[in-house]
Amino acid sequence: MTKKDLGLLILILVVGAIVAVINPRFLLPINLANTSNLIGLFGILSIGQAFVIITGGIELSVGSVVALLGTLFIDFIAVRGMGWPIAFVLILVLGAIIGLAHGWLITRLKLQPFVVTLCGLLIYRGVARFYTADGTAGFAFGQNFPDLEFLTAGRSWGVPNSFFALIVIAIVMWVVLHRSVFGRYLYAIGKNEEAAKYSGIRTGRVVMAAYVICGVLTALSAIYFAMYTRSISPASHGQFYELYAIAAAVLGGFSLRGGEGSLIGVILGTVLLQELQNLVNLLGIPSSLNFAVMGGVILIGVLVDQQWGVFRARRRMVDAARKGAVGAAAE
Amino acid sequence: MNYSDTSIAATTPFLSLENVRKTYPGVVALDGFSMEVRPGEVIGLVGENGAGKSTLMKILGGVTTPDTGTITVDGTAHKGLSVEGSLGSGIAFVHQELNLFENLDVAANIFFGREPLRAGPLRLVDRAKLREMVAPLLKRVGANFSADTQVADLSLAQQQMVEIAKALSIKAKLVILDEPTSSLPLAETDKLLDVIKALKADGISVIFISHRLHEIERVADRVVVLRDGMLAGTLGKRDINHDQMVKLMIGRMLKEREKASEAARAPGAVALSAKAVRTPTYPSRPVDLDVRRGEILGLAGLVGSGRTELARVFFGIEASLGGTLELNGKPLTLASAADAVAQGIFLVPEDRKLTGILLDLSIAQNISLPNLPAHAKRTLVSNSAEAATAEKQKKNLGIKAPSVQTRTGTLSGGNQQKVVLGKWLAMNPKVMILDEPTRGIDIGAKAEIYGLMRALADAGVAVLMISSDMEEVIGVSDRIAVMHEGQISGILDKDHFSQENVLLLAVGKPAN
Repeated sequence: MTKKDLGLLILILVVGAIVAVINPRFLLPINLANTSNLIGLFGILSIGQAFVIITGGIELSVGSVVALLGTLFIDFIAVRGMGWPIAFVLILVLGAIIGLAHGWLITRLKLQPFVVTLCGLLIYRGVARFYTADGTAGFAFGQNFPDLEFLTAGRSWGVPNSFFALIVIAIVMWVVLHRSVFGRYLYAIGKNEEAAKYSGIRTGRVVMAAYVICGVLTALSAIYFAMYTRSISPASHGQFYELYAIAAAVLGGFSLRGGEGSLIGVILGTVLLQELQNLVNLLGIPSSLNFAVMGGVILIGVLVDQQWGVFRARRRMVDAARKGAVGAAAE
Repeated sequence: MNYSDTSIAATTPFLSLENVRKTYPGVVALDGFSMEVRPGEVIGLVGENGAGKSTLMKILGGVTTPDTGTITVDGTAHKGLSVEGSLGSGIAFVHQELNLFENLDVAANIFFGREPLRAGPLRLVDRAKLREMVAPLLKRVGANFSADTQVADLSLAQQQMVEIAKALSIKAKLVILDEPTSSLPLAETDKLLDVIKALKADGISVIFISHRLHEIERVADRVVVLRDGMLAGTLGKRDINHDQMVKLMIGRMLKEREKASEAARAPGAVALSAKAVRTPTYPSRPVDLDVRRGEILGLAGLVGSGRTELARVFFGIEASLGGTLELNGKPLTLASAADAVAQGIFLVPEDRKLTGILLDLSIAQNISLPNLPAHAKRTLVSNSAEAATAEKQKKNLGIKAPSVQTRTGTLSGGNQQKVVLGKWLAMNPKVMILDEPTRGIDIGAKAEIYGLMRALADAGVAVLMISSDMEEVIGVSDRIAVMHEGQISGILDKDHFSQENVLLLAVGKPAN
């Protein structure tokens, strides 16, 4: 755990303590369970985003993909009678294809990630609305999928299974990002893509893989969101979710220039965002102020982090100057 | 001290430093240092990296003040200078990294922030007056471009002339040139040295800092050598020569320049062979070139002659527009640098910081990067395997760093270059391409890098060295290929090595 992560954790605990003192309902099991469910859903989404951001890219179509794939999933199992495991796999494959398409456009055709995924944001939402004829996708009365519902919206020992899913995914992705060869490549490319290329790394493939990972994790969270809301109106479902994911990564110490950030950071970023949402509800702040509160906190967080970075860089420069001078004197 | 030029020795110095001492916590950066600069005198300032040159420059620029000692400028004694004081007393700097606005024209750059304005509330720039003011300055530096030229369209040497004209515009009496030629091609270097002579003729003093000693030999009236923060010695005009300077810089004589290799070595088999290869920069110029095992092939030519582009094709970064490549007689297809690396063709690129290494990664992470799967168990990176490889290269190459976990960004240029070399040496090179391998590197590290190239060649590696440093090309290569406008204009063997021949071929004329 880096110092940055530790600072974030302390912030989360302090904010939690304050909210709990003002409104003890914060610590009620039902409130904690609800919040951790949301942390699970948004956490999976944010990890995917983090893999793209680490390469110096961005994925803006996340919210629309959640809407489109969520709509398709409910349609597949509720209307078309597809077995849910098959639909489940199919949705993940579709997510991978979307990621692959974005990665291909970005690495092979050299389009900017912002532009590609902005177009994705518009296209997928449009397709989702057209697919349902601007209606709502949902289950018929009495339609039940006990296994699927248990896995997605159920609880074990009072803890939402979506939260367990997040923990499993986080552990796996932590190993991938921080211990694997692929993870090292991601960091190297984010820091300096040219130098990585000159070291013989197939940078195009690695970046494409990052978008595929993002696509698959987004598809997975799309299923979770669909089973959580149980009915989807594609015009609004998942709106702004890309911004939640980006905000979580940025709060967690990711630089939009790439090459920086930790998996624990993005999880803590998600936790803080959901805690703030909860705070707005519990402290009786008008919910219309929801976004303003989040925006303000993120701005302050990034500002503090940046100033801290400037301070450290300055200290490092002084140290290096000292060391360089010592080395010169020793030679 | 030995002043051969008595007319200069007679005048009072414009600048004199006496017993200057500067310490940083734990180190003495400059100690008991004294020097004088007389009007119209060209001082060559040399010293290895870390010898105290930068500290001296900071003191003269007013960025830092010395602990003890006095600085006398134009007859006024100071304890230390401020930035404004330094500028105000006529000291101007031309740095290696130029500070010009590329999107503005020459005139606007020279008088930036001091533009003559027309009367009226809009305060428009008086273009006619500006041009009038710039013209004599450009003439003095011998510029062959007009005041309206965009700086982006100028060559590096021309941009340096703009910087010098800027210095003249503030009526500088002392111009300090910090490694101005390190990125200049041969022909342009000559122009710059001419400008220095012109400044001297106008009575302006010059401090010329350079690692290229033969340039110092050509223009300096006196050479001041720094070593370990102290004055290692001063050489008068008559005593300025390469060996004396080197001796003072490193405190001992370098062993005779690698003469061992001069015995005619039997040329090895062709390792890398290019047939009618065309680079995107010169699409109509086919290149044929063979690099043999066990040789160092020098690739000379003016900047822009297509050498780097050719190296990029050999390394798979850029695709050839035609022709064929062969490695050890077998056809070679390179779709990316990864393909070249897999074949044992490695490149030490020209721009170390942008393409050679990742400054934010550690030495160990940089060295393992091209061969990471070999340092991993079941795709998980093994830190110990990585450190072991790096330790070996650190020892082998003499990389000076506290540990292999040190960020490469904190290392000196020479040590960074060694890290770049280390990552390839840790693998199994068949063809090693080095693009300006010693640019901006101090003389001790240079000799080590030459030794490494020779050792590679002796081990049967085909070494291709691109270099704009004439001494280096002639001193290190076994054969020299010269490029001119995208084509090989000639290949010289050892018997025909001479500066003249390389230059003739570089400008497209036949060699003698």
